[in-house]
Amino acid sequence: MKVVRGFYSVAHAVKTCRPNVISAYPITPQTEIVENLAAMYANGELENCVYITAESEFSAASILVGASATGARTFTATCSQGLILMSEVLINAAGMRLPIVLVNTNRALSAPLSIWNDHQDSMFMRDAGIIQVYVENNQEAHDLIPQAYKIAENSKVLLPFMICMDGYKLTHAYEPVDLHSQEMIDEFLPPYEPVAKLSVDKPLTFGSYAPPHIYMEFRVALQNAIERARKVMEDVFKEWAEFTGRDWKSHISAENVDDAELAVITLGSITSLVRDVVESLRREGKKVGLIKLRTFRPFPNDEIRKALKNVNKVIVLERAVSFGNEGQVAIEVKNALYGKSKEIYSFAIGLGGRDVPRELIVKIIDNVMQGKVKQGFHFEGVQEFKEVIP
Amino acid sequence: MLAVAGFKEGYYTLSFPTFGAEKRGTPVASFLRLSDKPIVLRDEIYYPDYVVVLDPTVVESVEVDKGLKENGLLIANYPKSAEEFKKLISTDRKVVTINATKMAMEILGRPITNTAMVGAFAGATKLIKLETLKETIYEWFKGEIADKNAKLVEDACKYMLEVKI
Repeated sequence: MKVVRGFYSVAHAVKTCRPNVISAYPITPQTEIVENLAAMYANGELENCVYITAESEFSAASILVGASATGARTFTATCSQGLILMSEVLINAAGMRLPIVLVNTNRALSAPLSIWNDHQDSMFMRDAGIIQVYVENNQEAHDLIPQAYKIAENSKVLLPFMICMDGYKLTHAYEPVDLHSQEMIDEFLPPYEPVAKLSVDKPLTFGSYAPPHIYMEFRVALQNAIERARKVMEDVFKEWAEFTGRDWKSHISAENVDDAELAVITLGSITSLVRDVVESLRREGKKVGLIKLRTFRPFPNDEIRKALKNVNKVIVLERAVSFGNEGQVAIEVKNALYGKSKEIYSFAIGLGGRDVPRELIVKIIDNVMQGKVKQGFHFEGVQEFKEVIP
Repeated sequence: MLAVAGFKEGYYTLSFPTFGAEKRGTPVASFLRLSDKPIVLRDEIYYPDYVVVLDPTVVESVEVDKGLKENGLLIANYPKSAEEFKKLISTDRKVVTINATKMAMEILGRPITNTAMVGAFAGATKLIKLETLKETIYEWFKGEIADKNAKLVEDACKYMLEVKI
């Protein structure tokens, strides 16, 4: 193990996956990921690879669409406004079935401008046909990169894969990470063999115009692909656990739920703190459990239903809001639990980098256990304030 | 640097900033946890065992001893005595001071006190050995800059070892 920053844990893992084209545009808190890769490229450490600096995130994503269509293994990193600027292109990449791997260093959206962490950016991409997995720490981010390529490039899948890691909380943290060796990843990850690619020998068109008599079938195929990804992901997650001995579980990690009266569902780096609180409540004899949501797309409906089979009260803690409704994860969880009578309490916390101290998690769980809060949507950790408008 | 050096000495470490390196000139803070067990907490530290103040002018806008444990220690870059610093921020916590700005000016020629205060932390707490810090310095910096920072760490560490806490 070596103490490295989150940036490096990503860049090192990408290097061992032998990418062919990296293109990016800098944005905090992602920049040092691609700076590390640019340094590796400049030092000749990336074989058969070109690093292309782009003039915007839109261009970076466009370069990768072209590159991926020729059969290249591609990588980019972005977040926040950068992800939103990429979104037009990334939605195309999903439709064109291009297995681009990107790391989104989760950051809030403007306005007001914030460089700090929440999940509003990646949640915005919910409906794109892009696989989304959230990580808890830098080891998980490091480990997920080769798995992401293996899943995305599987011929049953062929979809973009977005790894979501919390900006600052993970990217800027120095912590010990067990870094992959090149030999290890060469053994785990085969070269990308595209089923169709742009080539002068066999001209093809990608992402062309589809009139009404054929468009819908492409969209059904997209849904089929992301549905098939469920099983492919399960298999790759399991293979990785056996290969490395590090078991990050599957689409969800359900902990202490079997006899739980209350379970907390959460995702991203806050999970570690929530687990710590849950485990200390367990020691006090309180029947509390945790569901760590790893895969957000495709959404693990069956796994959530199964894990919550005997649980009556469910708390969802998340760092995003679907304005005009509630938190995106809570909406999904309710959908997964349709027809089951559960009490569901959803909380938006830690928006725009607001720190979530242990006391806040304890308070939320206590209040729900004691029946002090109503079911439905709440913000927590908010100061008293007066709206200027109206 | 303390996270890297601490890990070399067998601690699990986790450190992170609250403001990125982008904001030079404004008050910034960073947090470090050292533990015998793997660290899972990533929230800010509200009740620290140690507080290190790199720039004494931050006391005008930040309550630097806030949450510092009763038996905790505040290590300040300050040109005057610990007693005077205690009076300045009206604290009853243990304080030690070191004129890190002066040392940095003499050795680096610039008022960058980070490595001096890393050395001061090691000397005051004895949690991390001077040799390990110097080894880390030589991994992070090269040539003359490494030599100067190693000297600064050493001088600050040795100064603190002499201070009665």
